[in-house]
This record gives sequence, C-alpha cells and structure tokens, in this order.
Amino acid sequence: MRFVDEFRDADRARALAARIAESCRPGRTYTFMEVCGGHTHTIYKHGLEDHLPPEVNLVHGPGCPVCVIPMGRVDDAIHIARQPGVIMTSFGDMMRVPGGTGSFLDAKAAGADIRMVYSPLDALKIARANPDRKVVFMAIGFETTAPSTAMTVLRAAEEGLSNFSVFCNHVMIIPAVKAILDSPDLRLDGFIGPGHVSAVIGCQPYEFIARDYGKPLVVAGFEPLDILTSVHMLLTQLAEGRCEVENQYARVVPWHGNRIALSAIGRVMRLRPHFEFRGLGFIAHSALAMADEYAAFDAERVFDLPGVRVADPKSCQCGEVLKGVLKPWECKVFGTACTPETPIGTCMVSSEGACAAYYNFGRFSRDQMRAAAREPLAEEASRA
Amino acid sequence: MCLGIPGELVERLPEHEDLAVVDVSGVRRRINIGLLADERLAPGDWVLVHVGFALSKISEKEAQAVLDYLRGLGQPYADELDALRASDIA
Ligand code: SF4
Repeated sequence: MRFVDEFRDADRARALAARIAESCRPGRTYTFMEVCGGHTHTIYKHGLEDHLPPEVNLVHGPGCPVCVIPMGRVDDAIHIARQPGVIMTSFGDMMRVPGGTGSFLDAKAAGADIRMVYSPLDALKIARANPDRKVVFMAIGFETTAPSTAMTVLRAAEEGLSNFSVFCNHVMIIPAVKAILDSPDLRLDGFIGPGHVSAVIGCQPYEFIARDYGKPLVVAGFEPLDILTSVHMLLTQLAEGRCEVENQYARVVPWHGNRIALSAIGRVMRLRPHFEFRGLGFIAHSALAMADEYAAFDAERVFDLPGVRVADPKSCQCGEVLKGVLKPWECKVFGTACTPETPIGTCMVSSEGACAAYYNFGRFSRDQMRAAAREPLAEEASRA
Repeated sequence: MCLGIPGELVERLPEHEDLAVVDVSGVRRRINIGLLADERLAPGDWVLVHVGFALSKISEKEAQAVLDYLRGLGQPYADELDALRASDIA
C-alpha cells in the first residue's frame, strides 16, 4: 500500500482496510459523507481513498467554516473595516476569502487596518490597548469556535469595554447537515460526524439523523486510523441492520458535550431566522447572531451594513463541492483559474477546504489514483 | 483555525481563574480554561486548545498521538504555532 507505512500503526491500518473490504456486501456501493473539513484534509493527505475498496465512496460535506461564508458577508466585513477609526481583527484563514469587492488582504493593501489574531481574546486585548479605536472581531466558525466568541463577549461585558464588537458569522452544523439530507441531489448511506464540533454539542443532537432519516453516523477523530475505524463502524451498522449514532472519538468527545460552552452560547447569542451558506443557499435557523442583551457588542447594530447579497461567480461550483455532489477536480476552474493563490471559490482558501486539500495533495482523479494504487494494493493484500 | 492543538498545563494564574499557561510544542502561552471549569485542571493535565480556549481535557497518551499527527500535517500546524506565538491573551 502506497501510504500505509506512514501511519503510526501500519499493521492496524492494513487489518482495518481488509476488514472494511470484508464488510461490504457484494454488489452494493456505499457513500459516506465526512461532514468536517478536518477529515477531508486527513483523507486527501493520506490518500485514504486508496485504502478503501471501490464499493466505498467518501464525499465531502459542508463543515469548513471559511468555505461556507457567503460573499455578501465578506463585503459587509470589509465595509466595517473601512470605517474611520476601525480595527478589524480576524483569523488568518479569512484573509484571502474573496467577497464581491475583493478580500481582507485587498482591503488591507488599500489602507484598512485589518489584523490577524489567533484568538478572539487577542482581539479583546487590542481593544483594551486602543480605547480611541473601534475594534471588531470577525467571528466565523461552527460550534467549535462559537463558545470562544461567547466567552470573549462575556469578558468584554464584565470589563465594561465599549469599543469592542463582534461581527457574528457563527454557523451551526445540524441545520447544514439537515439541508443536505433534504436535498434531492445526493444519496448517502451514512455520515462521519465532526470531532471538535461534537466536543461542544455532544452526540445527542445527531440522533434525529439515525431516527428520522435512517442514516448511521459515527463521530470520528482526525487521524487516518480514526477515519478508517469509523468507516468500518458505519459498514458494520449497515451489515447488522442497525442505524445509530456512535462515538469513535470518546477520548475527546463527551456524549453530552460541554455544558459550559453551550450555556455561554445560549447567553450571548440567539438563533437567526435564516442565514445564507455559500453554495447551499439560505438555511433556516442555521446561524447565530448576538442576543439583544449584548447589542452593544454586536457589529451589525454598531455599524450600518450594506447587507447586499452577492451571487457566487458563475464559474464557481463550491456549492456542489460543499454538498458532496462534485469532487473538487470536477469543477471546471479547479487548478486552472482557481488555485490557493488566486481562489475563485472559498473551498480553495482554507486548508480544510476540499479544493485546497485536494490541490495540495494531488491532482489525479480518483480512478487514476486507484489505477496507480491497485497493483501495490493487491501485492500487499497477498502478503498480509 | 479548526485545528485542536494539545497543550500541557504548566501554571494556573491566581489573578484570573479562567487563565492558565500551557506549553504547546515548547511554545508557552496563556489560554482561557473557562470552558473546562468542571474539570478542576491542574499543572500536568493536557488539554486540546482551540483559538486560545481549552476545549477538552485529554490524556497524555492522546496528546502525544495528536502531536504526532499534527507534526505530520506540516504547514497547517506550523501556521497554527506561528499564530499561537503571536498570541498574548490576558
Ligand atoms: S475549484 Fe474553486 S471555484 Fe471550483 S469548487 Fe473549488 S473553490 Fe469553488
């Protein structure tokens, strides 16, 4: 096997690959969605698809927070950044995300004060140090990151800071997954559930996927063996006629999530009636805004925003990639007009984006990769 | 930004109960441990750090496994460590 020797436990990887192959019912194919961009990254980095039998197909889901930010929100953030006296702060991943009028990097080059931070608490520190400026934190991320923003706002309120606000773009994984389940485009047999999101929300919120949609879900860790194990757990459920939520990543994810994180989100934020996900369109109750009690920290109320919806460029097929309908290389501009240096779509920006992950780790189509991997695979199998 | 990186708690800060110093691959920074207030963290404990907040308490064995994995990622981990180095949470 081509990559298997890189694994920490190559023997276990081989054994798992063999058990996965045995668990497939002859003549049946299986399509599993890995919801989280971190999983996508691992899958491409380690060429995991090469270790799976041809019956098992992995498709990528919407769980890359940078990838789902719609263009109009980037434009709104840049509008805020251009206001006099504003310091905009943001995670590094946001800097190159294209909006309709360019990216943060472009706005910075044109004179806006936009600073990269590691943590929302670093943005808070900038606010303390610059009382005569308005410091805004561009908050993005799924439930993994939302508690950090919420805790930061609670801290700002405690300190009575009046020059700090949050441009809240936090999104929620469950409504995004539900939108995919309700979309007619895709037939899925199960889900590899996100790891770190689940550390916050726990495993219970996924139960409706098993109960109402009849699809198993396994919350998985980020190492190659975690993902192979989770695929095997999904196949085993299907073979045994079970359909459940299982937790492969219990060493990090408690079944009930993190009580303090959930209550911080609940105090500081409220559900939006709807929010646009890039490529997926508007999804009901899919994102968080600042609660009324914290209006003073809400950049959407502190500043007048254009709030203009901007359609994705025609050539961009991120929506199809985020829904798992298209593989990155099937997008017409992949690797030609759209590269990590000159991204057209968001999936090419973040290292968790499917297009960037795929671009960085290989440019073959899966069939080509298979053909290249098949012979060593067969050899390996006969030796094992 | 989505990476969770393991850090070893080296010191709790008496002046702020939510802050602690962690060591991440030799980089020592203050982080917020308020989300794990239920865990009664002490020096020597390992946590998974995400954007300056401890998200989960993990075993040392798990921490080493995650570190191996992150080192294997190359650039994304280097970027994350650089971002952490620039961080100054108080
Ligand atoms: S190649 Fe670019 S435009 Fe096409 S789906 Fe990927 S990120 Fe979007």
